[in-house]
Amino acid sequence: MKRWFIVLVSTFALSGCGYNDFQRLDEQAKAAWSEVLNQYQRRADLVPNIVATVKGEAAFEQETLTRVIEARAKATSIQVTPETLNDPAAFQKFQAAQGELGSALSRLMVTVEQYPNLKANQGFSDLRVQLEGTENRITVARNRYIDAIQAYNVLARSFPSNLTAMVFSYEPKPAFTVANETQISTPPTVDFNKK
Amino acid sequence: MTSMMGPSLCANDGGPLACRQARGKRLPMWLLLMALVCSWLPASILAQSVLPVPVLSARVIDQTGTLDAAQLAALSERLAALEKDRGAQVVVLMVPTTAPEDIASYANRVANSWKIGRRDVGDGVLLIVAKDDRQLRIEVAKTLEGAIPDLAAKRIIDGAITPGLRQGDFAGALSAGVEQIAALIAGEALPAPAQPDRGPSGRGLGQWSDLLVFAVFALPIAAAILRQVMGRKLGTLATGAGAGLLAYFVSTSLIIAVIAGVIGLGYALFSAFAAPMMGGGSRGGLRGPGGWSSGGSRGGWGGGGGGFSSGGGGNFGGGGASGRW
Repeated sequence: MKRWFIVLVSTFALSGCGYNDFQRLDEQAKAAWSEVLNQYQRRADLVPNIVATVKGEAAFEQETLTRVIEARAKATSIQVTPETLNDPAAFQKFQAAQGELGSALSRLMVTVEQYPNLKANQGFSDLRVQLEGTENRITVARNRYIDAIQAYNVLARSFPSNLTAMVFSYEPKPAFTVANETQISTPPTVDFNKK
Repeated sequence: MTSMMGPSLCANDGGPLACRQARGKRLPMWLLLMALVCSWLPASILAQSVLPVPVLSARVIDQTGTLDAAQLAALSERLAALEKDRGAQVVVLMVPTTAPEDIASYANRVANSWKIGRRDVGDGVLLIVAKDDRQLRIEVAKTLEGAIPDLAAKRIIDGAITPGLRQGDFAGALSAGVEQIAALIAGEALPAPAQPDRGPSGRGLGQWSDLLVFAVFALPIAAAILRQVMGRKLGTLATGAGAGLLAYFVSTSLIIAVIAGVIGLGYALFSAFAAPMMGGGSRGGLRGPGGWSSGGSRGGWGGGGGGFSSGGGGNFGGGGASGRW
């Protein structure tokens, strides 16, 4: 009888201290993260088509192209598991690889401007629209992931649910950071006189 | 001294135990001060934010004053027809500018806070034009990303909308774009629009005649049997409850269920205490359904017609395309 009482009390106490909220928000964060991965995968799938189309253009800057190919290979070679979410180091590594692919792709898209044939190519402009849409979706998915982990982290750090987090060792989840924070926080110098 | 150290201890070490130990007499004062500061902070942070999301007041919202009343009416009539036909909600929004955001994130934010699209389907499209930025975007909910892929959205923008916009023909460009969006949505096998949009059509009538049959035939029989089995008072109550329950399962509307229950109860009462007068009894039963249809059909379903409100189901994941003119 007494044991049942203790079980009952601890059940109520646990749900009062947000145990169930932790589970719910954890699942939400995982779902949001899956969507991020999904969209990254979509971008990685687009890259071979883009590369193939660009290669058709004679004398395209080889360096830009190889950077894209390498960045894609690197980004897709990283194994992502649900545990990645709870491992800040692995998370950073994955993020850095995806960021590299993103910047290589955007550089490619800028370089393409110098090739009128490519710009006029209907297939390439279609791919371009798709890439743009995918980048948008990545942004939205990342925003939702940030919202999801924000809710989780707030719960993990505020009283009294932080006690629950302590008992079950729930760590705050890592958020997205940019790799080149100092670089983008300094305003770029624009010099039109440079030859 | 310790009372002065109190708050800083709390702030640095964070532990609730440390807080409790350092709690001195001056704590309430500090708490008050902190509460004051804390309650002021969020307001000042929110003050320097992005554009607010406009109120979803109509299917076509023109904040730039470009379209005249007739054009607005024509366009929203077309969109209303599309919703009635296919169930999908399309909203056109014209704003002067989306700064400081770019049009893609502004459109996504607006669409996600409006959640246009049916609640259980989520089929919504937002066509947004930033007039002074000379940019536009078709934002597509996830449900419709199959019907309107990014490429199709881009082709609508490039093929149907921007040529008109370049000539300054906003109404023509927008209606051409809406026409093409509607055509793409028509090609998608979406669930049929729900009853409320259809109004008093054939199917609705069929349902009412079912209820009429139920009221005229099933109710007297059930009332008689229950009275026999459970006695006069209990049987009467059971008839009312049964009618209400059945009506709830059939129509899943609480209002109809309550009305049916009351009518069932009233009928059973009437026939129980005026049993010899069979003619009077059946007339009382017949009067019931009359009150039913008028009470249920207007009160329970209502809405429709005049105003426009979002279905609340749209989930926008960044699909669609942007363009400029």
